[in-house]
Formats: sequence, structure tokens, C-alpha cells
Amino acid sequence: MFLKEYISDVVNGVSSLLKGMRKTGYYFTHPKEIITEQYPDNRATLLLSERFKGEVVMPHDANNEHTCTGCTACELACPNGTIKVVTKFEFSADGKKKKAIDTLVYRLELCTMCNLCIVACPSDAIIMAPNFEHSVFDRTKLTKVLNQPGSKIREGIE
Amino acid sequence: MFSLEGITTSVQDWLFMKFNPTMALAMECVIVILLSISLFALLGLVLVLMERKVAAQIQIRLGPNRVGPGGMFQTVADTLKLIMKEGLVPDKADKFLFNLAPFVVMMVGMLLLAPIAFAKNFQIWDINIGVLYISAVSSLSVIGILMAGWASNNKYSLLGAMRSGAQIVSYELSAGFAVLTIVVLTGSLQLSEIVKAQENGWWIFKGHIPALIAFVLYIIAVTAETNRAPFDLAEAESELTAGFHTEYSGMRFALFFLAEYINIFIVCAIGATLFFGGWMPLHIGNWEAFNHIMDYIPSSVWFMGKTFFLIFLIMWFRWTFPRLRVDQLLNLEWKYLLPISLFNLLLVAVIAILGWHF
Repeated sequence: MFLKEYISDVVNGVSSLLKGMRKTGYYFTHPKEIITEQYPDNRATLLLSERFKGEVVMPHDANNEHTCTGCTACELACPNGTIKVVTKFEFSADGKKKKAIDTLVYRLELCTMCNLCIVACPSDAIIMAPNFEHSVFDRTKLTKVLNQPGSKIREGIE
Repeated sequence: MFSLEGITTSVQDWLFMKFNPTMALAMECVIVILLSISLFALLGLVLVLMERKVAAQIQIRLGPNRVGPGGMFQTVADTLKLIMKEGLVPDKADKFLFNLAPFVVMMVGMLLLAPIAFAKNFQIWDINIGVLYISAVSSLSVIGILMAGWASNNKYSLLGAMRSGAQIVSYELSAGFAVLTIVVLTGSLQLSEIVKAQENGWWIFKGHIPALIAFVLYIIAVTAETNRAPFDLAEAESELTAGFHTEYSGMRFALFFLAEYINIFIVCAIGATLFFGGWMPLHIGNWEAFNHIMDYIPSSVWFMGKTFFLIFLIMWFRWTFPRLRVDQLLNLEWKYLLPISLFNLLLVAVIAILGWHF
């Protein structure tokens, strides 16, 4: 009985070690699996993961329109005061008063890329962009206004 | 056909023609010393680079690729850096032992080079107790390691050195038994005899089951003896910073580093000699034509090929397996490897007596 256990121990141990070696051996013999990006050399063809979080941006469409309603949910969600929403009131075509954003100030130097603002946004106005070359010589350049000048909210977004 | 034997004989003839025998012998000694030192330096560079490349490939990385074509000169640059670095000696260290330790470890490596047959009739010293000599000398390296650990006056170093001592003393046994298996099959301790016995097939094929078991045991035991992962408890970066060479820097550290790789090369060379026929080309029984074709590949190429295959195997282990705990390490030796190798020795004795091997 003891001997049987002993032998099965040895067999199990060896087979599990061989399993590990098969995996690493596969990687060794398949150089196409290599995932290293030689970054400064391949800046043009750099492959980044889709979920890479580099900075918060506000996408604008061709008519210079965004979907931000100025609800300040992102500002409330931000744990370290990175986002500041400055709102204003606009009058829509039928004369109704409507809240809109004047500027959405984003301070990259405070941002930890925690993604909470993106989750909080009800109208998907802001997203995470995969840019990571953020270094500048002047700190003030890190404070960004996300909405483009002259942009307005797209029709039908409440 | 290229052969190292031809070069050595012509050099010897020339020396004995030009000088008196004593002078010629002295000059031959100098040549041998220079050759072995340059082999060491070269091996250090090549093996470190190989290790880094293999590790990178296994971990889906590229490895060194900036210095020279494909990173070829990375280790040269590293060595230059280490030579120029200051070799620091801790204040309360035992200065004499501290400085001596790396040389002891290196010296053991150099002594082990003597009986290895690199090619046909290309051997420094064909001693008739070659295998015994190897197992005797290889256990001396632990003295250097203990020296380094003790002289550093550092608890990490001492712990690492003690672990290394326990490890080498225990794994020496199963390595010795694995080597004995081949000695039983061959009936000789002389390395050239062992190689000659494999003329019609390597022992790993001729000795079938016991030789295979012995080979696996040998590889495990020598991985432990050279203090490499998964048995690198003596260094154990994550627990002991660097183990016995924590306090070493500059060229003294480089010597330890070099000695590790030299030891790997040597144990793999011995493994290749015992199980894969050393410089002997791949011969299969009586297939004259096939054997003749295989003879066209120079014996030094065969030897190096086999050795580097085994080195690759050990590197493969290192980058696949996690490190063992110290109690697991000793369990593995005393509860598994030692009983199995004893049983294996019995098996091979029976097989050798009854002539069941090929």
C-alpha cells in the first residue's frame, strides 16, 4: 500500500513537471509568441491592449458635437478631484433653458486612470484613450480642456 | 578532415623538435593553462548570453538585443562593466577568506576540466580513476561557498552558504550513484574507456531502463549541485538577497558568476560523456554505412553539441520550475532520489551480470 502511494507520488510529480516543461518548450520553439514591443523603434506599429488606459478624452464627431450633458457625475465620481465641470445654461431652439458644459477641465497630473469617471458617465461622453506619451516640460500643459472650442451637445442627448 | 587531435600532435612534434623534452613539456603546460583560461572566459560569455536568450524566449520576451547584432556583445559589455567596478570588501569581513573564496570556487572548476575528453584523443589528463576524480573534486566547491558565506560576516551569506552545504552534501550521493550506474555497465572509471565502450551505441540507448533512470537522477542531482533553480536556495534572491555572494561586487562577484556557469558546463560535459558517449558520434549497432556517415562530423562538434543540449535542458528546468523550500529539497533527495538510485544501482548490477544490456 505504501509502495503504491510512493510510486504514484513519483509518477504524478514527474508528469506535472513534464506538463510545465511542455508549456515552456512550446514557447521556446514558437518565437512568434513573443509579445515584446520594441517601443521607440516601432512607434508607428505599436500594438496596445484595447483596455489600456492612458488618459481621459472626450470624443467629438464630424460636426464638432459631443454627448456631454454637464451632469457632473464624473466630477463627483473622481476620487482625487481630477475633473472639474464648468456648466453654463443654453437656450435650445424652442426657447427652453438647458444645462450644458462650458468647459470640462481634466488635470492629467492628478489622474490615476482608475476609470471611475468613465463608469459614472451616463451618456458615454468621455472615454479612456491609449495615449501614453504625456511628458511635457511645463506642468500647466497637463491641465487640459476636454471639449473642443465651439463644440456643442449632440441633438437628442438628455 | 578537421580534427583537434591533428593540431595537438603537430604542435607537440614541433615543440619536441625545437626544444629539449623538459622545455617542451613546460611549454605544453603553459599552452594548456592558457587554453583552459580562455575556454573559461569564452564559456562565461557564451553561456550567460545563452541563458538570457533562452530565458527570454521561454518567457515570451526578446532578451538582450541592443549591443551588437542580436545582442551578441551584451555579455562582453557586462564583463567590461564588472571589471571596472570597485570590488568592495565589508569592514568586518575576514579579508583573507573573503578574497580567497572566489578563487577556490574557480579553481575547482579548473581542476574538473582536466579529465574531460573534448574530442577524440583531445584530453588534458586521461587519468584511470577519472570518474572518481570528478566526484571527489566537484564536492570541493562547497568549501569555497562556505568560505564566502562565513567570511562575509553577513547573516544572509551565512544562511545561503549553509543551505548550499546541506544541499551539495546530500545531492552528491544520488549524483554519485547515477555515475556508478554507468561505471557498472562499462567496468571502468577511466573516461576514455567509458567513451570507447559506447562505440556501438550510447549508454542511454544500450543501458535502456536503468540508464534512463540514472540519467534523470543525474540531471536532477547536478542541477542541485550547481545551485541552480529550482534548487537555487543558496542564492534565493527573494529570501536571501543573493545568498553566499551578497557581499561580493565587481570582479570577485564576476568570478562566482563565472564559476556557476563553468560548473554547469562541466557537469553537462560529464553527463554527455557518461550517457551520450562524449565525442563518440551516433553509432547504431552494425549499420556500417550510417556509422560511417556520422563519423564525418568532427568529434569536437559531437561533444559540444551534446554538452550544449544538456545545458539547454538545465536552463529549461530553471525557467520552468518554481524554487523548492529547503525541507522539500531534502525530502526530495533523501526520500525519493536516494532510494530510487539505490534500487537503480541494484537493477543495473543485475542487468550487467546477466548481460541484458545491448
